[in-house]
Amino acid sequence: MIGDWLDIGPVDQITSGTARTLPVVGAEEIAVFRTQKNEFYALVNKCPHKQGPLSQGIVHGNVVTCPLHNWNISLKTGEALGDDEGCVPVIPMKVDAGRMYLLRSAVVGKQAA
Amino acid sequence: MNAPSTLMEKDRTAPVKERLVVIGNGMAGCRAVEEILARDSARFDVTIFGAEPRVNYNRIMLSPVLAGEKAFEDIVINGDDWYADNAITLVSGDPIVSIDRATQTVVAKSGRVEPYDRLLIATGSDPFIIPVPGKDLAGVVTFRDLDDVDKMLAAAEKGGPDGPGRAVVIGGGLLGLEAAHGLSLRGMKVTVVHLMPTLMERQLDEAAGYLLKTELERRGQTIVTGGDTAEIVGKDGHVSAVRLKDGRTFDADIVVMAVGIRPGTTLAKSAGLDVERGIVVDDHMVTSDPAIMAVGECVQHRGACYGLVAPLWDMCRSLADAACDAPSGYEGSVTSTKLKVSGIDLFSAGDFSGGDGAEDIVMRDAARGIYKRVVVKDNKLVGAVLYGDTADGNWYFDLLKKGEDVSDIREALIFGQAFASGGALLDPNAAVAALSDDAEICGCNGVSKGKVIGTINAGACSLDAVRSTCKASASCGSCTGLVESLLALTLGGEVQSGPKTMCKCTSFSHDDVRRLIGEKNLKAIPQVMQELHWTTPDGCSSCRPALNYYLLCAWPGEYEDDQKSRFVNERLHANIQKDGTYSVVPRMWGGLTNPKELRAIADVVEKYNAPMVKVTGGQRLDIFGIKKEDLPAVWADLNAAGMVSGHAYGKSLRTVKTCVGSEWCRFGTQDSTGLGVKLERMTWGSWMPHKFKIAVSGCPRNCAEATIKDFGVVCVDSGYELHVGGNGGIKVRATDLLCKVATEAEAMDVCAAFIQLYREQAHYLERTAPWIERVGLDHVKAGLFDDAESVKRLAARFRYSQTFMQDDPWAERVAGKDADLHQHLAEVRPLSFTEFAA
Repeated sequence: MIGDWLDIGPVDQITSGTARTLPVVGAEEIAVFRTQKNEFYALVNKCPHKQGPLSQGIVHGNVVTCPLHNWNISLKTGEALGDDEGCVPVIPMKVDAGRMYLLRSAVVGKQAA
Repeated sequence: MNAPSTLMEKDRTAPVKERLVVIGNGMAGCRAVEEILARDSARFDVTIFGAEPRVNYNRIMLSPVLAGEKAFEDIVINGDDWYADNAITLVSGDPIVSIDRATQTVVAKSGRVEPYDRLLIATGSDPFIIPVPGKDLAGVVTFRDLDDVDKMLAAAEKGGPDGPGRAVVIGGGLLGLEAAHGLSLRGMKVTVVHLMPTLMERQLDEAAGYLLKTELERRGQTIVTGGDTAEIVGKDGHVSAVRLKDGRTFDADIVVMAVGIRPGTTLAKSAGLDVERGIVVDDHMVTSDPAIMAVGECVQHRGACYGLVAPLWDMCRSLADAACDAPSGYEGSVTSTKLKVSGIDLFSAGDFSGGDGAEDIVMRDAARGIYKRVVVKDNKLVGAVLYGDTADGNWYFDLLKKGEDVSDIREALIFGQAFASGGALLDPNAAVAALSDDAEICGCNGVSKGKVIGTINAGACSLDAVRSTCKASASCGSCTGLVESLLALTLGGEVQSGPKTMCKCTSFSHDDVRRLIGEKNLKAIPQVMQELHWTTPDGCSSCRPALNYYLLCAWPGEYEDDQKSRFVNERLHANIQKDGTYSVVPRMWGGLTNPKELRAIADVVEKYNAPMVKVTGGQRLDIFGIKKEDLPAVWADLNAAGMVSGHAYGKSLRTVKTCVGSEWCRFGTQDSTGLGVKLERMTWGSWMPHKFKIAVSGCPRNCAEATIKDFGVVCVDSGYELHVGGNGGIKVRATDLLCKVATEAEAMDVCAAFIQLYREQAHYLERTAPWIERVGLDHVKAGLFDDAESVKRLAARFRYSQTFMQDDPWAERVAGKDADLHQHLAEVRPLSFTEFAA
């Protein structure tokens, strides 16, 4: 039986203040962020502006700056901040006993349903 | 005796004001009167008796008077006009000697009798004199009033038998250390004898006490801890030395006894009031006699006696509320301490003794003598000790008094308000804005934030006006910054604009930040952010890379590059493209290549299916469409053919473009290709404020386009023209001629020196062209040539820094460094696509 949550491994795989990527066969690649305060967030790895890989941006507070055109995206809501408009899907995530879990239904998306 | 007649007068003329008699013209007595007058100025006829023959002054500011930092006039709280304006009778220099509760009168030393309806005892405290032989000798003084200060000043002036006078201060608490500091500044040789092993042990823990002791010793004081005084030795009736129980003896021309204070309860006791350690009062500061109130250091409230100024203000408020029939009730005070020794920042509040369930959070910076400790218990802040940096003292104290739950900010608590409050604080004033209205701004004068704001709103629109109106920041001045912030907050747009700040996270400009990194010896990004009061928890995408560069430039070989603060290109050592793939440019020294390199590039293009290869404007080849996972393998293949990173992605030396020069060209005057290769070998790998391009042309025909580069060399028959500040980008700018030199070696030195000047002075993301336009070519020339040694020194700094920079970053990655950056966390294959791999 497979639970609702997908185990993606121990938290120490991600250095604080950085992100790593999680390709999903048949769905969008996911960027998993760990902030300097050790909060964890997961977003689809595509800036709403020109699809830049958010995982490669500079993380500050709970915001990531897209490497292509410096849009600031909220890690909490996926929304573009400031004057920019756009939103990237957020994948519900939890950390339990040192392991990271993503909400399975959000990871595989509609394609897998 | 006129008491009966006064009573009769009262009977005759009704309604009359109640007669309030205050015993004590000190801070507590006068403050209580001020508070009462503020509530109801018509209610009482006030008479104040003071033992000292002067008006009311701020006793806690005696230390700066002793130290020569203030004059007596500066510390007067209420001058003669205050008494006159409020119709207060001041009887100074005539202490009350008895209270007759039956007839409700007091008797002064002169015989004067004063009747009262309400009596307020504010007799303060008396210095404690340790009962050792010699305690009554001439030259043994306490540190309590202006007369004591005058005696100390006289001793300092007189000096010793052979040179400066010698002072022994018995007691290493707050008062003793302030006395010692003052005497030391007045030129005396000072020894502090303290009974306990730690200075100020009631306020400080061992670590902070040690830092304090070290600093005082560095300033020339002798600090004896664990020293138990056996005797004060006299000679001809005057003090000459202090002898300890362990036999050590210290010569003394004056001995200051500062071991502690006792509530001044003699009068109250002989009047038959309830007295324990202090005069017992209820929550409305009323003694066991309903007609008699007491306030200040002489009282004991709920078992506690206070020897600090802050509780006075709270007591006086409650007292006035009750006296004016609007009782509020005093609930005791949590106290904090600041040491008033110039140049030593020390703050302590609450309980830091540890104990069950108490957790310590400690931060130290030994190099700068900073120690911070906060104690958290049941998710609440219960104590704080700050040494070296007390900027957040008020904030901790506020948290402590309110007993707020700090679990949300616990991690950042020790870094202070700016960090702990996170993104909520967008400018430095916000820290002050976040304080509650009743938060204390000025500890010396007991002024709350609400009162300061009220004062500003009432028209005080400058620091001086605030000082003269509500007295905030008018004493020791340590809250001046807070008051200025409140002025800025309250008056809004009136704030003058300074130089442009680095980004929204700080109020400092690029130049300020660079200067302060050097001055304050800042060596890490979080440290810069802490010391310079960054308003965001970890900066933003514009200040982080800038700070990383500034630190890298300031501390070569020492600072560890922070990958998290690098733009993706510099983190992955390749150029990100619009589809998220990368392009790879290997270095081709001076634009030269060979079959082996070309074969390796061709192989890489085929092996990794690179969709495009292009010749760049900088005379090399760019391989497009490489995935981040494949980068290390691509680099390994290129490394194998002897190629290294071309840094086409960095704020760093990009290319050195050359023409073929005298080796082939019929017009060539010098070996421009050879010089280009040498320059590139010297400069590759160096991080700069922005990208940096060099070119060397072999003759004035300038085929290498040297006059639109950051540094361009144009060879001529007689040597080398060196040009700087060119740019072929958005805004084309031709170079300025910097100088002409005769030899290759000189050209190399000037190049290194110019780059270093640019590295040290330009703002991050400022190319040489705008930098030179901003500072002027003359400034650059002056920096290089005004002093004959400048070029040599700058070049030496550049070459030193390069010794840490010329390791190929590609080879490091190939060897496995930062492998995480190139690998996926995992790959998800949903069941609907494939069997789930367990």
